[in-house]
Amino acid sequence: MAKNILTEENFQKLHTVIEHYRHIQGPLMPILNEAQVIFGAIPYEVQKVISDELNIPLAEIYGVVTFYSQFTLEPKGDYLIAVCLGTACYVKGAQKLLDQIVTRLGVKVGETSPDGRYSVEATRCIGACGLAPVLTVNNAVYGRLVEGDIQGILEKYSKTSEEVSA
Amino acid sequence: MSLFRSHVLICGGTGCTSSSSDKIEERFKELVAEQGLDQEVMVVRTGCFGLCEEGPICIVHPEGSFYSRVKIEDVDTIVSEHLMKGRVVTSLLYRDKLAPPEHQLATSFSEVTFYKMQHRVALKNCGVINPEVIEEYIAYDGYKALGKVLTEMQPADVLDAVKKSGLRGRGGGGFPTGIKWEFAAKTEGPIKYIGCNADEGDPGAFMDRSILEGDPHCLIEAMAIAGYATGAEKGYVYIRAEYPIAVKRLKIAIEQAKEHGLLGRNIFGTDFSFDMEIRLGAGAFVCGEETALIASIEGERGMPRPKPPFPAHKGIFGKPTVINNVETFANVPQIILKGPEWYASMGTEKSKGTKVFALGGKINNSGLIEIEMGTKLRHVIEDIGGGIPKGKKFKAVQTGGPSGGCITADHLDIPIDYDNLISLGSMMGSGGMIVMDEDNCMVDIARFFLDFTVDESCGKCVPCREGTRRMLEILDRITEGKGEMEDIDKLERLAKNIKSSSLCGLGQTAPNPVLSTLRYFRTEYEAHIVGKTCPAGVCQALLTYVITDACKGCTLCKKVCPVGCITGEVKGLHHIDPDACIKCGACMSKCPFNAIIKK
Repeated sequence: MAKNILTEENFQKLHTVIEHYRHIQGPLMPILNEAQVIFGAIPYEVQKVISDELNIPLAEIYGVVTFYSQFTLEPKGDYLIAVCLGTACYVKGAQKLLDQIVTRLGVKVGETSPDGRYSVEATRCIGACGLAPVLTVNNAVYGRLVEGDIQGILEKYSKTSEEVSA
Repeated sequence: MSLFRSHVLICGGTGCTSSSSDKIEERFKELVAEQGLDQEVMVVRTGCFGLCEEGPICIVHPEGSFYSRVKIEDVDTIVSEHLMKGRVVTSLLYRDKLAPPEHQLATSFSEVTFYKMQHRVALKNCGVINPEVIEEYIAYDGYKALGKVLTEMQPADVLDAVKKSGLRGRGGGGFPTGIKWEFAAKTEGPIKYIGCNADEGDPGAFMDRSILEGDPHCLIEAMAIAGYATGAEKGYVYIRAEYPIAVKRLKIAIEQAKEHGLLGRNIFGTDFSFDMEIRLGAGAFVCGEETALIASIEGERGMPRPKPPFPAHKGIFGKPTVINNVETFANVPQIILKGPEWYASMGTEKSKGTKVFALGGKINNSGLIEIEMGTKLRHVIEDIGGGIPKGKKFKAVQTGGPSGGCITADHLDIPIDYDNLISLGSMMGSGGMIVMDEDNCMVDIARFFLDFTVDESCGKCVPCREGTRRMLEILDRITEGKGEMEDIDKLERLAKNIKSSSLCGLGQTAPNPVLSTLRYFRTEYEAHIVGKTCPAGVCQALLTYVITDACKGCTLCKKVCPVGCITGEVKGLHHIDPDACIKCGACMSKCPFNAIIKK
């Protein structure tokens, strides 16, 4: 894990969230959704707190966390490069964009580089089909791409990573 | 309320926001304020206009001038020319390539061919109102249907109206909505729920998101109506967390409705109370299946449960529940206001009303369209969609996403409805329509969808978990040139078994993309297996990249190659080492002389 996410402050936030949702029916999913945002992941330590507080077995929580693709056990890299593999993007060549990114960065799909800088993901349709093929880097969207564009986009994030915090 | 002489509507759908429509809005506001026009010109961020291909889109009323692919620097021109001097900036207007040559300049939004050919019911307010202002919704007859239902109609009358309208579920199944409501209404119980399935997961379909982003109050109104009809006092909206704009606008809308007494206790001074809550999904396609959705709301893994018991008897937290998707609900207020006969007058015998389709892929006008059921597919592709780009040949249109199949050129003249699509081996699904041209390989498309279902299979039942994986392995083999003729029989046998024995709709329909491509494009499978070629030039393992004599030695390809497998000197013929080449195609797209080809 490249950065320390298990800070006192984050756990405080988690407790506030748990108090907020404790009394609604079916509180687990909303709490996990918020925990993912607070910590950037839902590691064992966080699951343990939720388990103790809600009196839900840890195994059950682990089962739910690993079921949904938006919940992760480890945090993503500073730059999350997500190539849309919805059908509209796929028929317009998104797979080749993804393949090229994987080769250029040496990071496999769904994995994070050892230095914690990049994560590469193949995402489900983000619904910007008019811009297909599309990829996103954190919140920036790049659309109507051709294979020659990839190099330029990646260079942008290799040079300025010191100034631009993710 | 002050009067404005001009309104600037800026599309705030996800498509246009992705191409910086938020910055365009800011710039407009900035310039309008700078020029002291903020009491005369109102800048509004609306929902999706539908013609996503041409985004970001701005419309200036009262002229209705339709500006497309607006860039941030264009805003200055529009403000200084159009808003200050009253001169429409013709150079920035959308060119309507579908219209006769003399009418191509879209001086008025209502004249654009793409919109003229549609009939908007569910999308009525999208791109028209500001979705974050409840008064604008009310001005367009919003909450009038709820008022009518609560003050003039009995629950049974509402059920009757919805049944008579012939509305069927727009999420894919096509189950009659009125009958579903009636089941829940007849189930005894003090607590019932209305569930809205906004977990739109079909790749390439985004109509539900657009409704949520463009007209969120419409959903609230419809769910309250459903609550009244069935005796439910609480609604849950299960929405994808991947739709941040939609979630935000729906939250705002719920708050506003509560403030105005349109949600909460004793709505319109009657005995009826209704409340709503948003629940976020977390990225699982299977949660679009209603019993999986229920499990997810309850805080479990989103795994489907056997039916019966149906949700109408035992749904969310074990209580009787009606679950409909967003588009289905969006039709309801109109049905109440204009009458079920009006709704049933549109469409075919068994599929009434209109349907929203998300048109995408190899088509000139990507975007969201709403048409009457029974419209011919050819009309959609050629007239509204504007045909295939770059003069390529139409090959097939894929409907129904990972559960659907392909429709070929031979069947373009069938009227689109639930039953016709099923008879062609496809299905309506949620309304994704992806057009493919001669450059798309159908075996690869089948593999793409199987890859999707394998990834999204929840793993509860064996046929889906193991069967789809085995099918994917076979398709992988075929696209890598390692297939055998027996593989086709194996695929068909597996498909039949998975369809008949899977627990839920995901597994039961997962083999459809394979069966449908086998039905219409068997020769392509055979070319991969016997000839070891990919006729469309897609499957990487069966291709090699070659530099022809047209090479001028500009060295551009050498620079972009990520693996450095291209050799050659300046002004000399370059060469690709076929063993090192990863076939990414970067060189081919950069070559200014088209000297690189795939063989």
